[in-house]
Amino acid sequence: MAAAILPPILWALIMLIEFIRYIAAGTVTTLAVTLVALPLGLVIGLAFALAHVYGGKVLTQVMRLYSTLMRGMPPILLLFILYFIISGSINLSPFWAGSIALGVVSSAYQLEILRGAILSVGGDQMMAARAIGMSRLKAIRYVILPQALRLAIPPWSNEASIVLKDSSLVYALGVAEILRRAQQLSATTQQPFMAFGTAALIYFILVFTANRLLDYLARRTQIPANPLG
Amino acid sequence: MSQPVLVAQNLTKTYGNNVIFRNISLSVNERDTIVIVGPSGTGKSTLLRCLNLLTKADSGKIWLDGVEITDPTCCSEDECRQRIGMVFQNFLLFNHLTALDNVMIGLTKVKKMPKEQARRKAVEELERVGLVDRAGHYPGQLSGGQQQRVAIARALAMEPRVMLFDEPTSALDPELIGEVLAVMKQLAREGMTMLVVTHEMGFAREVANRMIFMEKGQILEEGTPDDLFERPKYERTRQFLWKIAELHGRKAPEENG
Ligand SMILES: Nc1ncnc2c1ncn2[C@@H]1O[C@H](COP(=O)(O)OP(=O)(O)OP(=O)(O)O)[C@@H](O)[C@H]1O
Ligand SMILES: [Mg+2]
Repeated sequence: MAAAILPPILWALIMLIEFIRYIAAGTVTTLAVTLVALPLGLVIGLAFALAHVYGGKVLTQVMRLYSTLMRGMPPILLLFILYFIISGSINLSPFWAGSIALGVVSSAYQLEILRGAILSVGGDQMMAARAIGMSRLKAIRYVILPQALRLAIPPWSNEASIVLKDSSLVYALGVAEILRRAQQLSATTQQPFMAFGTAALIYFILVFTANRLLDYLARRTQIPANPLG
Repeated sequence: MSQPVLVAQNLTKTYGNNVIFRNISLSVNERDTIVIVGPSGTGKSTLLRCLNLLTKADSGKIWLDGVEITDPTCCSEDECRQRIGMVFQNFLLFNHLTALDNVMIGLTKVKKMPKEQARRKAVEELERVGLVDRAGHYPGQLSGGQQQRVAIARALAMEPRVMLFDEPTSALDPELIGEVLAVMKQLAREGMTMLVVTHEMGFAREVANRMIFMEKGQILEEGTPDDLFERPKYERTRQFLWKIAELHGRKAPEENG
């Protein structure tokens, strides 16, 4: 009896390891896409959030329009549009074009996260900074942003996991990330459950780890508030 | 006659169609302690914010040490503000910085003072307000009174020519008011030039050499505290002073006479 059951289990185990090894190669690509898109979205989002809050009437309207438009469309659609704009104007690989496009999509969401954080730091802190002779730029750099960025970590953590998962969209451009490799495995092995299950597991581990790391960052940078006595 | 430090002439401020004050003129001389009182919404805070250029007045001129700071070609607004200290009703310490760093940041980032020198100076200022032992505490770890004293130290560190106080004790629990007033009295004794919006009539009578009663965007009456308390020109002045003195649990002005 045992001899008849053991081989299939062993077989399944070996297959799982092989699946993980094959898909894990896509994990590097997924991480690379995310590590391009997220910081790019952060830089654009931060610049645009500052323009939105401190840039005056015209810039505020422009930023509002940008944010509304970008967040009003499915990311996959934007990805295609941006991909064709980017790859039409400069010669870029699908990896770079896709990552940049994802970063631009994310920038609109990060703009809103950072704008909210800056607004909740409040105008009074700016006033206090100006009152000791700081320029607006210095006040932003030394007083507003250090507080706003701390406040932004929890919602930003949420956006980071969204970008991590949305990086699977570059699959549509032919980039061999986790999902595409799972798809290939599923087709060649006829084991869709196993292939996609493995992909799901890897995504879960990535998102979970990223969130824990950012929780840790939030705790490390928390401003002490309880009376020390 | 001591020389004028801060002079305002015909300041007018409106928000939309709403005139906050019109044609206000005042002069703060070296070593003056001037107390401004007046009902809520009269424009006292707005006036202080105009004086250090945090808010732009619609018209009128302001001089600091004889230099017109409302003249855009004279000097940078940021430089002017360094020389006018400001203390707010709700303290407004930088929440992410310790008491020491709150006092230091203007020195290092605005005055570009070397770190060690700035630290020594900040410690001195904290000593002045009696809070060196709290140097490492964050605002959230300090009582309101302590926060306000750190805020005073932060302003003093910039070595301002004049200090503006906007109701520095009205957000404080009664038992914490004394420690802040004590620091302000000490400053006045040391000869700091101060313009103070406050309803603490005890402080006004003890420390101020001049009092201004503001109402509906105008200076209704000004003079020594004794003048305003004992011999006001307007019945309205007497009523108001009497009322806030009572509200703040002090003896009514009549009884003090
Ligand atoms: N940024 C602003 N925009 C529009 N109106 C304002 C603004 N700031 C103040 N005001 C108005 O100006 C008037 C004067 O306000 P201000 O705060 O200077 O009064 P105050 O004398 O300091 O009163 P309080 O004793 O309550 O502090 C108020 O009616 C207020 O609503
Ligand atoms: Mg006020």
